[in-house]
Amino acid sequence: MQTFIDNFATIWSGFATTLWLLFFSAILSTVMGTLLASFRVSPIPTLRAVGTSYVNVFRNTPLVLILAMTSGVMPILGLKVDIDVGFRTFTSQFVLATLGLSFYTAAFVCEAVRSGVNSVALGQAEAARAIGMGFTLSLREVVLPQAFRAVIPPLTSTYIALAKNTSVVAIFGVPDAAYYMRKLGNQYASDLWFIFIGIAAGYVLIVMAISLAGNLLERRLVVLR
Amino acid sequence: MRLTKITGTLAAVALAAALAGCGDDGGGGTDVKVADNPEFEAGSTMATLADAGEITIGVKYDQPGLGFLAPGADAPEGFDVEMGRIVAAALGISDDGITWKQTVSDNREPFLKDGTVDLVVASYSITDDRRTEVGQAGPYYETGQQLLVRTEDADSITTPEDTAGKKVCSVTGSTSLQRMEDEYGASPVPYDTYSECVDQLINGTVDAVTTDGAILLGYAADHPDEIEVVGEPFSTERYGIGFKHGDQAMCDFLKETLQTSFDDGTWAEAFDTTLGESGVDAPSTPTLDDACFTG
Repeated sequence: MQTFIDNFATIWSGFATTLWLLFFSAILSTVMGTLLASFRVSPIPTLRAVGTSYVNVFRNTPLVLILAMTSGVMPILGLKVDIDVGFRTFTSQFVLATLGLSFYTAAFVCEAVRSGVNSVALGQAEAARAIGMGFTLSLREVVLPQAFRAVIPPLTSTYIALAKNTSVVAIFGVPDAAYYMRKLGNQYASDLWFIFIGIAAGYVLIVMAISLAGNLLERRLVVLR
Repeated sequence: MRLTKITGTLAAVALAAALAGCGDDGGGGTDVKVADNPEFEAGSTMATLADAGEITIGVKYDQPGLGFLAPGADAPEGFDVEMGRIVAAALGISDDGITWKQTVSDNREPFLKDGTVDLVVASYSITDDRRTEVGQAGPYYETGQQLLVRTEDADSITTPEDTAGKKVCSVTGSTSLQRMEDEYGASPVPYDTYSECVDQLINGTVDAVTTDGAILLGYAADHPDEIEVVGEPFSTERYGIGFKHGDQAMCDFLKETLQTSFDDGTWAEAFDTTLGESGVDAPSTPTLDDACFTG
């Protein structure tokens, strides 16, 4: 217990990294996933094929492999920039881990959004067409806004999975909360269980915050039919 | 059915022959003398192990020279492995009776406590905190942490103080990385294995790799034009053999076995055939601690 209190600053810096990682990958994967979902429901066969292939490849590949590819191969291809934003330096390892997590999670976001699009009554899209909207316009203005309401529960689950998946980066050069768990565990063998439980509690808090936000959003956006 | 049986037998014979062949030129670098029916006090851990003729020893699989399982190899090899063989031999257990079990920094105490392994010989630095949880006999080897940098940085990074704010790579959860962060203000870049760190160093995404000098020398020898070890060791790591906390008889037995290996030259031989391969002479033998526990 004492170990946990004494090292609170250290543990907090780990969770700060975890939260930044979660923040950037959630945004990037949502953007990518939505784009991919629009590919998958588009009338153009090529785009559908691209979307389907992406989902098949990235959803079926273990996250560790994707991260090994981004953190091991991309630097060789020249992608290695440390980004200094003044209050914090995002290392190239952080950037690559964010990319890896986003590539992976985008496949799940895509499928969640696609299921939402499928849940919107066909009549809605037909009505949009009838008043002269094209595919992009009807998707953006009519179908997606309704689809996002339906996908809040599955998207929440996806972000929760993402929050826990970030812990994998501890072996790909990013000192996140899981890294500090192992660091402190090595340093204070006598307090091993408290350290494990303390860090786990931190993850539980993050996950609870995400599901709370999901619930609030769901209640606010619910449409009584 | 009959044919299958014969084929099976033949395969088993061939496998046994292959394994025996490996035993000769594989892990067994040191010529250890297996004790002939050693006497131990009835009921002691040593008596139990000796009677069973089997022992499970936890070693690392990713530290060249200390405990390393080469791709495709059957058994790990290295200085820690040799020390494990020396202890097993003193119990009257030959190589056939040793089960090697991979341990990483995190699971050494849990493995000892729950009996997954009988001993841990896994570059296990002796610390007072660890000695409250497990027994640590030794030290059987003393080494120090050093820095490995790219050749072009060899003039700018020479001491650990030079790494402040720089990206330093080592294995997740290791004492070396912990020290760089806490004492020298380096930015930690944790990876799973040292070889990944070396790759990152060569491709320019980290500024230095740190761990015990012996391990770094091995990597520097692999890439002599690109990376080199700089400066003097800036810490003292004292490797000990881990066992269950409170087993005083085991503590005495391990100390005696280590002292014997220091005195009769098997320790030096173990060093020369493993870490010594990089051209380093065997250091003088360390002085054993009296106690194996604190608290």
